[in-house]
Amino acid sequence: MTTDVHQLDDGAWISVNDSREINVSDLWLLARHEFCDCEMADFLAEGVVEVGVDYPDIAARFAGRCIQCGTEGVTDWLTVGRVIDPDDGQFYGVVPESVHVPRKRTRLARPE
Amino acid sequence: MPSKVENWKSEVYGSEIREHLMEFAAEGWDAIPEDEHDAWFERFKWWGLYHQRSGQESYFMMRIGTPNGVIEPGQLEVIGEIAKEYATGPVDNPEFGDAYCDWTTRQSIQLHWIKLEDVPEIFEKLESNGLSTQQACGDSWRNIVGCPVAGKDTHEHIDAWPVAEDLHEEFKGDDDYANLPRKWKVSVTGCDQGCGQGDINDLAFEPAKKDGELGFNVRVGGGLSRKEPRFARGIDVWVPPEQASDVAAGMSALFREYGDREDRFNARIKFLMDEWGPEKMRRVLQEEFVDFELPTAGEDMRDQYTYNAGQNDGHGDHVGVHEQPDGNYYVGLDVLVGRMGADDTLELADLAEEYGSGEVRLTQRQNVIVTDVPEDDLDAFLDEPLLEDYSPDPHPFMRGSIACTGSEFCSLSITETKNRQVRYARWLKDNVELPDGVEDFHIHLSGCTASCAQPQIADVSLRGMKTRKDGEPVEAFDIGLGGGLGEDPHFADWVEMRVAADEVPGYIQNLLAAYEAEREERVVPEEQRGRDGEAVERETFREFIAARDEDALQDLADAEETSYEDPYMHNTKMTWYPYADEDDMNASPAPTDGTGQPLPSDD
Ligand code: HEM
Ligand code: SF4
Ligand SMILES: [Zn+2]
Repeated sequence: MTTDVHQLDDGAWISVNDSREINVSDLWLLARHEFCDCEMADFLAEGVVEVGVDYPDIAARFAGRCIQCGTEGVTDWLTVGRVIDPDDGQFYGVVPESVHVPRKRTRLARPE
Repeated sequence: MPSKVENWKSEVYGSEIREHLMEFAAEGWDAIPEDEHDAWFERFKWWGLYHQRSGQESYFMMRIGTPNGVIEPGQLEVIGEIAKEYATGPVDNPEFGDAYCDWTTRQSIQLHWIKLEDVPEIFEKLESNGLSTQQACGDSWRNIVGCPVAGKDTHEHIDAWPVAEDLHEEFKGDDDYANLPRKWKVSVTGCDQGCGQGDINDLAFEPAKKDGELGFNVRVGGGLSRKEPRFARGIDVWVPPEQASDVAAGMSALFREYGDREDRFNARIKFLMDEWGPEKMRRVLQEEFVDFELPTAGEDMRDQYTYNAGQNDGHGDHVGVHEQPDGNYYVGLDVLVGRMGADDTLELADLAEEYGSGEVRLTQRQNVIVTDVPEDDLDAFLDEPLLEDYSPDPHPFMRGSIACTGSEFCSLSITETKNRQVRYARWLKDNVELPDGVEDFHIHLSGCTASCAQPQIADVSLRGMKTRKDGEPVEAFDIGLGGGLGEDPHFADWVEMRVAADEVPGYIQNLLAAYEAEREERVVPEEQRGRDGEAVERETFREFIAARDEDALQDLADAEETSYEDPYMHNTKMTWYPYADEDDMNASPAPTDGTGQPLPSDD
């Protein structure tokens, strides 16, 4: 089975194989990032902009704000979790509050 | 490449969703194939059902679209009964109890905790009473809004109600306009006060005169969401009332054909207006979508707009007792944050029957209006105990408060909204003296940037955010000031960012103190005094804000803790329900079956 990933309800959450997995309103700590000038960005995810699969990682770009310095914008790609076995489709999400390093590119979720 | 949602829509959309919905309802929640959940929930919106947020799976918000907010005699009782019987969740809300109705900022009704299994019975009851959830959400013609007292107002030039009713009849259920790239919000105004809020809708009809004849000027491309607020722009078209539906058909067909179906974030017509401008919008409409010569714009009445225009003697809302042209009265009642318990709703339905015609109307400020009360019955009606809670003469802080759904049910939310706004309003009322002469003061609170509570057109705008306090993440708000409608509408300027939720009332207190101390007053020469005979004229709050630059606004007031206490500081979105004793996501009973019993989870 292919892993089916999309954002829904105007970017409110990420669906992985028809299960709601990642929501907006979480704070993500970003290191080695270009989002703002903060060493460690304290990023509030307000909306999912794009989702992608880079097997086994599921990745997304979020719109939001660093609540430390106030910079607003869209992040580079963040790994939000993994589907290790595409046959069972089980999603293992990352912990948003731990430290994440955004990446420049990923494969897009579409077409499936 | 069309978006995923567009692919689902091209498979099944519009009226035909209903038969599937009914089948699923008959078989129960479990009958929806697990790998089709997302597609079906997207489609169900077209029939007014919006899946509630994480932790509340299998429960739906149900929206009933009442055009122009008109609830006909007998219908309010039906709504109250449905709320009482079906809109009860696993846990009560501490402010509003176990069953309640939300009157929304687009003159619709929202019920929550609706179970799929109950939908057929609810639809039957609604529809046999002339009510419907059709197209209340989803990508198509939404509920048509307008001046809530259309046809009953002395300020009226055109009775816009038959026009709104026509549009509703024509475009609800018309397959040609059932599948649009995005929501399509329409407003029709006939009065000279601007209460239709046309400026923030996708398509607006506003009263205008052409060669002595009354009709409408057409505006296109308003909307508030996503930090991209736009006021609708005139496209230099006037229509007589009988042709409004031709132009509406043309405009929504234009949107159907040219709206962006690849990127939902770019789909609303406001973005096409950004790209094309009003001249091209008009040209394409004329050349491709209407088959008669469009008259150029007539003379509008915007210079008379007083509704939410920020004037001291303006027309902030429809609360209070007002005479109708037929000599009866309408009585606007304040419903704090638009939420009314089911029992109160039923009581209100009885009172409307007893004292008025039974008709009740909803405003775009989340309030209700009882119409057609004869003068002789007014005093008795005003003495009814229900009106102590829903007052026709409320304190300005109660009266001016609007709040969206927020983290109680909404996926997009960042913060808790309605219960908090109730607490804000009460605290402000008890602790803050309004400056002399201020009778209207609008505070709109939205839990995120979608702006369902229309924060940008308020004196004080609150928009959900987060911040840290002693290192811990807490709910917070960006604060904007000085927004409003009127002849020259203005969006709030964002002044203070990420104010912790428990410091917002202190900020507002300090802000009002600064306004009172620093506002300009001028002595009005005797011969220029208005009817009220007021000898001094004071700078309005909106003028006061407009007169200051960014730095001055920032220096106006500080946020601070006060005696106000906020029980929702923690991340309410991470709970399954913010007010449950056991609020942890894992404690959620959802999804449940048709009787509310938890279903075994699949993982
Ligand atoms: C479960 C989720 C949601 C709930 C409970 C909700 C609730 C509401 C309510 C009560 C209203 C007024 C009623 C109406 O429009 O008929 C409204 C209006 C509005 N909604 Fe939502 N909404 C939700 C999702 C969204 C989303 C995802 C957007 C995103 C783009 C959005 C944008 C708006 C806007 C912009 C308005 C009014 C302002 C305008 O007219 O432009 N809502 N919503
Ligand atoms: S403004 Fe945001 S939080 Fe409030 S109801 Fe709308 S989408 Fe939800
Ligand atoms: Zn930063």
